[in-house]
Amino acid sequence: MTEATPSTKDIDVLTICQLLRPAEERWIGSRYHLTRADKDAVPDDIAAKARALITSGLDGAPASLIERMPKLEIITVNSVGYDLVDMKKALSRHIPVTHTPDVLTDDVADLAIGLTIMTSRRLAQADRFVRAGRWTKEKFPVAGKVTGKRMGILGLGRIGRAIAKRAEGFGMQILYTDRAKMDTPYRFLPDLFSLAKESDFLMVASSAGPDAKHLVNAAVFEALGPDGILINIARGSVVDEAALIAALQAGKIAGAGLDVFEHEPNVPEALFGRDDVVLLPHIASSTRETLSEMGRLVIKNLEAWFAGKPLVTPTPETLAMLANR
Amino acid sequence: MADKIDVLLIAGLLPAIDEKLSTTYTVHRHKPDAVPPDVAAKVRAVVTTGNMPPSLFDTLPKLEIISSVSVGYDGIDVTKAAAKKIPVTNTPDVLNDDVADLAIALMVMASRRLAAADRYVRDGKWLAGAMPLTRKASRKKLGIVGLGRIGKDIARRAEAMGMTISYTNRRAVADSPYSFIPSLIGLAKENDFLVVITSAGPDATKMINKDVLEALGPDGILVNVSRGRVVDEVALVEALQSGKLGGAGLDVFEDEPRVPAALLAMENVALTPHIGSATIETRAAMGQLALDNLAAWFAGQPLLTEVSETQTARVAR
Repeated sequence: MTEATPSTKDIDVLTICQLLRPAEERWIGSRYHLTRADKDAVPDDIAAKARALITSGLDGAPASLIERMPKLEIITVNSVGYDLVDMKKALSRHIPVTHTPDVLTDDVADLAIGLTIMTSRRLAQADRFVRAGRWTKEKFPVAGKVTGKRMGILGLGRIGRAIAKRAEGFGMQILYTDRAKMDTPYRFLPDLFSLAKESDFLMVASSAGPDAKHLVNAAVFEALGPDGILINIARGSVVDEAALIAALQAGKIAGAGLDVFEHEPNVPEALFGRDDVVLLPHIASSTRETLSEMGRLVIKNLEAWFAGKPLVTPTPETLAMLANR
Repeated sequence: MADKIDVLLIAGLLPAIDEKLSTTYTVHRHKPDAVPPDVAAKVRAVVTTGNMPPSLFDTLPKLEIISSVSVGYDGIDVTKAAAKKIPVTNTPDVLNDDVADLAIALMVMASRRLAAADRYVRDGKWLAGAMPLTRKASRKKLGIVGLGRIGKDIARRAEAMGMTISYTNRRAVADSPYSFIPSLIGLAKENDFLVVITSAGPDATKMINKDVLEALGPDGILVNVSRGRVVDEVALVEALQSGKLGGAGLDVFEDEPRVPAALLAMENVALTPHIGSATIETRAAMGQLALDNLAAWFAGQPLLTEVSETQTARVAR
């Protein structure tokens, strides 16, 4: 990877990351003094000496853990999202945080389009229908078309744009809302409510800051309407799950495709029996190819940091912090 | 007001289309073998969905046109219709988008195991741990068997996923940006995904055989949205069971609605019940086109989508 510096074997690195693939973990173990611990049970002596923390968007880094790590210099998140990392705490100690943007963009966008078609065309239900042997006795109901529909994207970041590009291939009209209007051919709407009103598919692709909690609520479902479909591939917390269930039960929206949930892996039982939803276990970036790419980015950031070189993929907040130093 | 024209309806239509038909015409609903003589004597048009028993040619003396709400018309004797100079119309092209959408979904579903993932959640397995990793779809190589209109629609969607596209066809398609690979084996060998959307002539039967599947390989995925008989299903099941083929997304089957039991238990396949065009919008568009053909005929205007067999016969009079 980079040229070996003799001192790295003495550097204590702690991983609480569930997403690191074996090959990358072995590589890190061969270069550093690597210890793996459960995120809820990190021993004091390990916390005390670790200079680097490897985590993931699922595992996070709470203030309570960062406080127990006096020697911590860097946090590398093996995910694009890092809302479970206490950024305030990290930044107050001038600890940079890196993540893995871009490499998973393709996978997430593929899943977003897959979920859109599956929900509109009822393909998970269709697969169950065939497997249960029902095709020999009944006809599968007609579903909703995908091509030519209007897709409203909440959050036109990297992933939102990758979804838009794919949706264009399906002749869709693309609308979006975000903090500000962007330089794109897509139509900007100033708020989520009007976006929902004008969309057939409402695609949640925003990053999940604390202000995003329950952004997609009952009023948004009313606006989306009885033919509208919600797709969430971002974060469960962005959608008010109780309001979603109520909207589905009352027929106020036509369906939902969900890869993320508010209290995952707990999924509301009210959703299990429904044919108008597609439920996935947070697998938007879970491909072998992408997990390996992400692991390689973790390695590159670790290597850069301990060699005194610029970080490869610092979070925007980290970049700002480093620039202000 | 002139009397309404008598139409015999021998298939089920979308309610909205049925209603429109009934507004314009006097619609008679009978089984083809049980049309009362007084009705049979005045029927001038038959509306169907791909099938019509040939006996109706004899029982309906005033029959002028057969309007089918379907793309395929294997179930209508077009040779007899052509001999009698009775035009047959179908509803091509309006369903292309739906089939292309389904093909892309089946590719993503098979490679990312999304039907299995939905079951994983509903069965409560997520509580015990994460689902195993799957394979990426974007930026892979896609081989298309049959680069007709739908094949091109699939290609355009796959391009937006950064895929590299090649195809095989009877002959190279002029002005196509995709690479032409003359042999099916060569195409299978070259690609990660093989999507079958050939027009399925009689010579296409079982053309996706053991050798093709093995050329596609253990990481390869087969998607079939054309006709079930194009794939040798026994060879397919064997290749999936032995791991010689990575996965499959299937909307059509050799003996549908019967699906091989072995497929029903597999996690690496996505199975749908021949729903390539089963959307409300498309069924409505197909129904409307069938109505438009009837309207054109009775107004003395040119037909919109007459099948080539009867068109040729009627032109060459």
